[in-house]
Amino acid sequence: MTKIVGKEQFSELVTLLEIDAPRIARQRKPGHFVIVKIGREGERIPLTISMADPEKGTISLVIQKVGVTSHKVTALNPGDELTDVVGPLGHATHIEKLGTILCAGGGVGIAPMLPIVQAMKEAGNRVISVLAARTKDLIILEEQVRAHSDEVIIMTDDGSYGQKGLVTQGMEEVIKREPVNQAITIGPAIMMKYAAALTKKYNLPTVASLNTIMVDGTGMCGACRVSVGGKTKFVCVDGPEFDAHEVDFDELLMRLGAYQDEERADYERYLKTIQ
Amino acid sequence: MTDFATYLKEERDQEWREELRKQIKNKERTSFERVKMPEQKPDIRNRNNLEVNQGLTEEQAVKEAQRCIDCPNPTCITGCPVNINIPKFVKKIEGGDFLGAAKVLKETNGLPAVCGRVCPQEVQCESQCFYTQKLKKPAVAIGNLERFAADYERNSGSISIPETDKPNGIKVAVIGSGPGGLAAAGDLAKYGYDVTVFEALHEIGGVLKYGIPEFRLPNEIVDVEIEILRKMGVKFIKNFVVGKTASLEDLKDEGFQAFFVASGAGLPRFMNIPGENYVGIFSSNEYLTRMNLMGAAKEEYDTPVLKGRNVAVIGGGNTAMDSVRTAKRLGADRAMIIYRRSLQEMPARVEEIHHAQEEGIEFLNLTNPLEYFADNKGRVNRMRVQKMELGEPDSSGRRRPVPLEGSEYDIDVDLVVVSVGVSPNPLIPEAVKGLDVTKWGTINVDPESMMSNIPGLFAGGDIVRGGATVILAMGDGRKAAAGMHKYIKHSIQKN
Ligand SMILES: Cc1cc2nc3c(=O)[nH]c(=O)nc-3n(C[C@H](O)[C@H](O)[C@H](O)COP(=O)(O)OP(=O)(O)OC[C@H]3O[C@@H](n4cnc5c(N)ncnc54)[C@H](O)[C@@H]3O)c2cc1C
Ligand SMILES: Cc1cc2nc3c(=O)[nH]c(=O)nc-3n(C[C@H](O)[C@H](O)[C@H](O)COP(=O)(O)OP(=O)(O)OC[C@H]3O[C@@H](n4cnc5c(N)ncnc54)[C@H](O)[C@@H]3O)c2cc1C
Ligand code: SF4
Ligand code: SF4
Ligand code: FES
Repeated sequence: MTKIVGKEQFSELVTLLEIDAPRIARQRKPGHFVIVKIGREGERIPLTISMADPEKGTISLVIQKVGVTSHKVTALNPGDELTDVVGPLGHATHIEKLGTILCAGGGVGIAPMLPIVQAMKEAGNRVISVLAARTKDLIILEEQVRAHSDEVIIMTDDGSYGQKGLVTQGMEEVIKREPVNQAITIGPAIMMKYAAALTKKYNLPTVASLNTIMVDGTGMCGACRVSVGGKTKFVCVDGPEFDAHEVDFDELLMRLGAYQDEERADYERYLKTIQ
Repeated sequence: MTDFATYLKEERDQEWREELRKQIKNKERTSFERVKMPEQKPDIRNRNNLEVNQGLTEEQAVKEAQRCIDCPNPTCITGCPVNINIPKFVKKIEGGDFLGAAKVLKETNGLPAVCGRVCPQEVQCESQCFYTQKLKKPAVAIGNLERFAADYERNSGSISIPETDKPNGIKVAVIGSGPGGLAAAGDLAKYGYDVTVFEALHEIGGVLKYGIPEFRLPNEIVDVEIEILRKMGVKFIKNFVVGKTASLEDLKDEGFQAFFVASGAGLPRFMNIPGENYVGIFSSNEYLTRMNLMGAAKEEYDTPVLKGRNVAVIGGGNTAMDSVRTAKRLGADRAMIIYRRSLQEMPARVEEIHHAQEEGIEFLNLTNPLEYFADNKGRVNRMRVQKMELGEPDSSGRRRPVPLEGSEYDIDVDLVVVSVGVSPNPLIPEAVKGLDVTKWGTINVDPESMMSNIPGLFAGGDIVRGGATVILAMGDGRKAAAGMHKYIKHSIQKN
């Protein structure tokens, strides 16, 4: 059992939970994630470690409500417990001084982006962050990202905040304006697909952090498999970060949709039970 | 005479054994038919998840035990990787001392209720029985009797907790809670160590929990055994991936003096043929984990699993049989095994193949998948296969399957489970610098002590053998526990 010690509501859909996990807080590096399960009958879902406080022994997760499990998790309050938390899992982000880094985070992808922004800045890079979301409410952690970026560009689909437009427009603006050494993109698969297509046009090396469906997160099941450079990789143990220009995003999108019908039905049923 | 042979002889010479031997003539014993295990009817059990085998009654067990002629040279024991004193426990059953029989089993095997159910007896103990070897008759049903005694003890409410030596306060760690880890933990506790078992998943039991289905091995049985280990003082820490949550060095700093790695062969293999990543194509690990560990078929559990009407399972091992029979139980109209060799070469337990056939599983043997096709949403809907024939034997001694040109044809499928083997779990080999690992990724150990090239780091089970069996993993666990005991005593003396 893992205790929740803090909670912050970023928007209707996005919540930060600070949880008591001293060992994970000590071991984790940017890019790592945990698997969380709630209740005996619960599902195992992966969530990136957004922040950690090794002294206090806590980690922070930023969760967007999309279905049954994320809904249950975001409904927890300080004092409540998560049944199972395991991690840190996956490979840490490769942090190096490269020059200028373009960090493009979409929606809840901004949360896992934050520790990378922070570490890239600390390594001595110039960091430009592009934060994108459907609407103003879904732009999260702006202040924290600003604190570690040389520049922040905000894009919203509906123009309710920052510039109106897609993440790729914000990225292109920077690429056209100044030399960039590496791009990193985290967000919905469809956003990463277009971000990768853009940077490929400019021959800009790009890393994408993939968010496949997972079960165990330890390399045992293959639910998270994805084709990278024509080879099958397991996102939980080989990733989650890969060369974005090699990832088969269409396959990733297809596999993410595997349980769509079941999940939507489950979620509707669940929402009825809690009304 | 070796110690072991002397021990067997002394046991055999005991009065009660002699008495029993005299009661029925050997000629009569060998004329008895092997008692048939009561089973659920095929057309009923393929729609439920209850155990197929229902266990022998007391009368049936005694009757079967009477078949054993209590050989002066019990060859059956040589077929058992943990050298259970088979005639001794069988004769206890014949004499009606069922609890006594269970005690004999526990001398060398911590999980008899599990082994009695899942050991491939026909290639182990029963293959070496006098009946098989000399009489060419069905062997004494050693596995069924083992299960009977263990179940009897569990249901009696007077299950015995093995005695442990005085706690010596020395901390040792077991990594992985499958049969290998559990066996080692039991023995280490008996030696008096302060044992902690670390498990990556949220349940204890390894493959016994996430792999083997309820209809062959109910989880409850595994839980009872784990509870006994707890009572012996073993601590279990779940959700802890050694190498990630903490490194081996961290654990050493926390006082652990020796480690037993039983992290299994958990990495599923795929065939790397076109279309294998379509939706609806699973590894058997994923399929069985969703069902067994995550409860996907049960209404109150959140984890989903795709259902199929036409299900193809690729492979011929126990894992393939478990997957295909699970698919049938989930309501598949057609549940098929697609295997590239013939029925003779199938590595699955004979009993499981037989049960699968009775349950209406189709066997497409000498058939190999070539490619998968999908609908416009990416869900698999068809597969192309090719017929094979058997050629010359390969390095494993099995006849190599050779494709028959021009024999390709398509089968409608909406769910595919790929069950073509597993590779060793790479987590520990990746996390321990300098560890001696083979090119297949298994850990190299000294076969006597089970110690790797890293002092104090022992390993056994599937991480050493590749995919093997429950009882071999347990045998390794026991050997390693002895090896660790020796190692620690020795290093204490040195200091
Ligand atoms: C390495 C990794 C890190 C992640 N980090 C975070 C994080 O920090 N914060 C966060 O909110 N989410 C994160 N995710 C995504 C998160 O795991 C999913 O949103 C969650 O599993 C959904 O579970 P659910 O039961 O609530 O919804 P479900 O009912 O399972 O799904 C609802 C809908 O979401 C889609 N979906 C399901 N799984 C995923 C997924 N893995 N990614 C994207 N969409 C999915 C489905 O297609 C479905 O339509 C991460 C995923 C991975 C693989
Ligand atoms: C579906 C299926 C059916 C089978 N049927 C039979 C059968 O009928 N008869 C038979 O004899 N054999 C059968 N087998 C094979 C048998 O189950 C295995 O040989 C046996 O379980 C191996 O035991 P083990 O202790 O080595 O590892 P496992 O049982 O594989 O357990 C390893 C455990 O270690 C954990 N782990 C891994 N890495 C770490 C880490 N770094 N930190 C913490 N924990 C870790 C894993 O999560 C896992 O729980 C079957 C296997 C499968 C998959
Ligand atoms: S443990 Fe397995 S091999 Fe040994 S006697 Fe029992 S069933 Fe036979
Ligand atoms: S070989 Fe067969 S008959 Fe002989 S002791 Fe063993 S089980 Fe009994
Ligand atoms: S989540 Fe199971 S292998 Fe990656």
